[in-house]
Amino acid sequence: MTQHLVVVGGGMVAQRLVEAMRDRDADGRWRITVLAEEPRRPYDRVALTSYFSGRDADDLALGDASLWDDPLVSLRRDDKVVAIDRAARTVTTERGRTEPYDHLVLATGSSAWVPPIEGADLEGVFVYRTVDDVAALRGYVEQLKATKPVVRGAVLGGGLLGLEAAGALQALGAQATVLQVGTHLMSTQIDLGGGEALRRLINGLGVGVRLNAMTTRIRPHRRGGVGRLDMADGGRVDVDVVVVAAGVRPRDELARAADLVIGERGGVVVDDSCLSSDPHISAVGEVACIQGQCVGLVAPGYAMAEVAVDRLLGGAAQFPGADTATKLKLAGVDVASFGDAFGTTEGALEVVWADPVAGVYKKLVLSDDARTLLGGVLVGDASAYASLRPMLGRELPGDPAAFLLPEGGAGAPDLELPDDASVCSCNNVSAGTIRGAVTEHGCTDVGAVKACTKAGTSCGSCLPLVKKLVGTELAKQGITVSSALCEHFALSRAQLYDAIRVAGVTSFTEVVARFGTDLAGRGCDICKPAVASILATTAPAHVLEGERAALQDTNDHVMANLQKDGSYSVVPRIPGGEVTPEGLITIGEVAQEFGLYTKITGGQRIDLFGARIDQLPLIWQRLVDAGFESGHAYGKSLRTVKSCVGSTWCRFGVQDSVALAVLLELRYRGLRSPHKIKLGVSGCARECAEARGKDVGVIATDKGWNLYVGGNGGFTPRHARLLAEDLDTETLIRTIDRFLLYYVRTADRLQRTAPWVDEVEGGLEGVRAVVLDDSLGIAADLDAQMARHVEEYEDEWRATLEDPEKLRRFASFVNAPDTADPSLAYVPERGQARPATADERAAAERGEPVLVAGTTLEVRA
Amino acid sequence: MTVLDTPPAVTATWTAVCRLDDLAPERGAAALVDGEQLALFRLVDDSVLAVQQQDPFCGAFVLSRGIVGTRHVADEVVPTVASPMHKQVFDLRTGACLDPVGKAPVLGLAADLRTWPVRVVDGIVEVGGPAVSDGPAGGGA
Ligand SMILES: Cc1cc2nc3c(=O)[nH]c(=O)nc-3n(C[C@H](O)[C@H](O)[C@H](O)COP(=O)(O)OP(=O)(O)OC[C@H]3O[C@@H](n4cnc5c(N)ncnc54)[C@H](O)[C@@H]3O)c2cc1C
Ligand code: SF4
Ligand code: FES
Repeated sequence: MTQHLVVVGGGMVAQRLVEAMRDRDADGRWRITVLAEEPRRPYDRVALTSYFSGRDADDLALGDASLWDDPLVSLRRDDKVVAIDRAARTVTTERGRTEPYDHLVLATGSSAWVPPIEGADLEGVFVYRTVDDVAALRGYVEQLKATKPVVRGAVLGGGLLGLEAAGALQALGAQATVLQVGTHLMSTQIDLGGGEALRRLINGLGVGVRLNAMTTRIRPHRRGGVGRLDMADGGRVDVDVVVVAAGVRPRDELARAADLVIGERGGVVVDDSCLSSDPHISAVGEVACIQGQCVGLVAPGYAMAEVAVDRLLGGAAQFPGADTATKLKLAGVDVASFGDAFGTTEGALEVVWADPVAGVYKKLVLSDDARTLLGGVLVGDASAYASLRPMLGRELPGDPAAFLLPEGGAGAPDLELPDDASVCSCNNVSAGTIRGAVTEHGCTDVGAVKACTKAGTSCGSCLPLVKKLVGTELAKQGITVSSALCEHFALSRAQLYDAIRVAGVTSFTEVVARFGTDLAGRGCDICKPAVASILATTAPAHVLEGERAALQDTNDHVMANLQKDGSYSVVPRIPGGEVTPEGLITIGEVAQEFGLYTKITGGQRIDLFGARIDQLPLIWQRLVDAGFESGHAYGKSLRTVKSCVGSTWCRFGVQDSVALAVLLELRYRGLRSPHKIKLGVSGCARECAEARGKDVGVIATDKGWNLYVGGNGGFTPRHARLLAEDLDTETLIRTIDRFLLYYVRTADRLQRTAPWVDEVEGGLEGVRAVVLDDSLGIAADLDAQMARHVEEYEDEWRATLEDPEKLRRFASFVNAPDTADPSLAYVPERGQARPATADERAAAERGEPVLVAGTTLEVRA
Repeated sequence: MTVLDTPPAVTATWTAVCRLDDLAPERGAAALVDGEQLALFRLVDDSVLAVQQQDPFCGAFVLSRGIVGTRHVADEVVPTVASPMHKQVFDLRTGACLDPVGKAPVLGLAADLRTWPVRVVDGIVEVGGPAVSDGPAGGGA
């Protein structure tokens, strides 16, 4: 018979528990009810800080939403459990519902701990635990900003959470100072040396740090809200907003009231099977006191959820011990700590490498024979974290010091991870499971492996390692997913871009000579267009200039789009979709004269189909004479900037979306890129231009423009995500300039912006750091590169028409330039021409009366 | 696979088609010879090769517009063209299809291309006939 499992708390661990149960309980032995205090579905608390930038609580969604549609799962939100009746085996909720259970799981997490000091309840004092906390903090700071030029924020607590909160305050436009009671930052995870390096890095971000700073009282401002902090040493700190990040306490109040055994420092005491002192009640996640401690990290919580589910299904799983490895998620500050970070193991040895100038401190803790890795601290450069963490408790190959040297130095030896090494601790995925995804489940890329194993889907810190493992495994199978472009270049597109840019080479022959795998090779359909595209932005020149002509795909070579029968289509640029009646008439006349099938595109312009290669120059002469220019519909380049009519006509519009769209389209026209780029501009939040379905979407606000990036339609539709808000037009353009060129420089061949944003270093946060905060120091370079693009842009069709040498490429036959391709055949349909089908051609050949003709024959006669 | 068993230079009649200068290096051009559509390719060493213009995988007459390149085939660097339609790769010397990219030819066409011998005499490109293999007939539909 179906039993009833009741879960108290709808947090991250509860979500994992339900997911694991529905995954494994194929026979439906358990029906699950989740009673949650928060008014929303479980969300990714670990990524809470990104709520400041993502804005949308939906962006924090965890796992597959269809989990909650499962008939065996029911989630009651906004209904807190207030009592457990162990004898009756029921729980009661605040709204008065009584829920009987066969088994109860407590997954109530923790609450932020607020030290009992005077003033802690003042307006303007916040904690940092839930979406509502963060929304309230954001609202408060924005309100202050409206009236004060400078908003001073203080964070009580210099741990992981405190530093994240300080970063968030700063992102909101407030000043931030971290007040740490102890001797150094992140004192739970890293040692004094690391803390010192970290302080310098944090200062470098413009965040103040005070150590040994015990707050004794929070004083109100005379106009309300907080005003000042009094310190134990007699000092004072003026503040407008305070975030308390002084630690967390397990939410064990229900368990206490129900007389379950509680740990010395709180938490529901459970054994290694996650059972509490009542065999019908388990506890998982932060509320559980397991092996003597409550752990404030999600990975051990996930492990407990898996153990609890296994036990409920009759298994014998045991909690393996908490993996307390952590990585600070603060853009621009790389900190990681894992294993025995303080070297407390008997006889432990430490290898330290420090570069105070660069702000780098790294330490490995090794066993007494200096071979087995026991733990480590990495500050300033945690690139080795992903590969070192799984080596915990194992022998390191070679000299341990090699792992601490800067990247690009001697280089750490390649680690061959044993199958049982844990790679993704959030989701408890071993190296063997990842290899198995490739070898047994047929995954052929990182995306598939993520979906199959869940590795890398939470905090993401293991992704570099996952990528490496997948790559190695595929290579072993003879599937080359090496990032090499093709047999002619061992470099990835991004590497080749950098190489070409830095070396300043300008021709394919030079590129092959410098960077090719084989001097005799002359490229292929993969690398030639890629090199053409790279050269187009590193050394701009006409598409048909010299040797470059040989690199182009047929579309770029004849500057039109090849269609299924070998004819082409023509799309003149119509910036922002704005066209004069005269322009429309010209396009209509050209279509009529050349018998072209005419269709409006999704990008607000007009596509003319059925042009023969030899007709292209004639058609374009007419269009150029009438003031049109190439629309680059054929190129991997900017296509269109779609816009709504905006404030000039629309009753709702708050900004002139058409003017901006025209400006953007004229700015980026002709910009060659790894894949096509589409932009959109909407004149208000109603979003009639569907800008969030574009690579770059701009939506007008009362104060300026919101900028979204990484959207697309097509096979895998994606909504663009918010990059920055309320920008003035100048900042908006500069930001788009940098975004586009950063993409052009670092994306893979044929990778659109959406997957690029996912995969580029640091994801969306990383992109934001590069384009808004210049974290890579390349902004000036990108700005100059875009300035050059804008400066040197020329209409490539006009330039072609002016050069007889280039026009020779459009002959139908080299020995019969006046003979039209006899293979083209068309039949009329709905008043226009379309290519004849094979059957219609055959019928015509048999002499049956099918109307088959070249496009122009009827109209020209 | 095409087999060059008759030495074409001996038996063929030669038709002048164009000047070498009319052909852009490492690109193709279509030519009409005896009512048949050919694709001529001028390689980096100024040699010229000819295959049928019709792409057997889509039926359209477009091969001259493909990207010219090379590919390693059994220790040899082979000159190739990739169809502009769906990227099938062909050996320009033999016409052999090196990569059907998972597709089959249409209209009952053979996957391998018909080839013609070509020579350049005093800057004039000449195509030899009759054809050296009995591949599919070209010509317009
Ligand atoms: C800003 C921030 C950043 C973090 N970063 C990291 C990180 O980088 N790495 C990491 O490992 N961890 C991180 N954490 C910690 C991580 O989020 C927690 O370890 C994890 O969420 C614990 O999951 P849980 O399900 O045990 O508790 P929670 O996710 O807190 O869920 C508990 C839920 O139970 C509800 N609840 C409580 N009592 C009741 C009741 N009586 N009735 C009904 N519902 C109730 C609560 O409202 C809450 O929704 C971070 C936390 C924060 C706040
Ligand atoms: S997005 Fe706003 S401004 Fe633009 S057309 Fe729609 S309602 Fe009008
Ligand atoms: S370690 Fe966090 S997602 Fe893998």
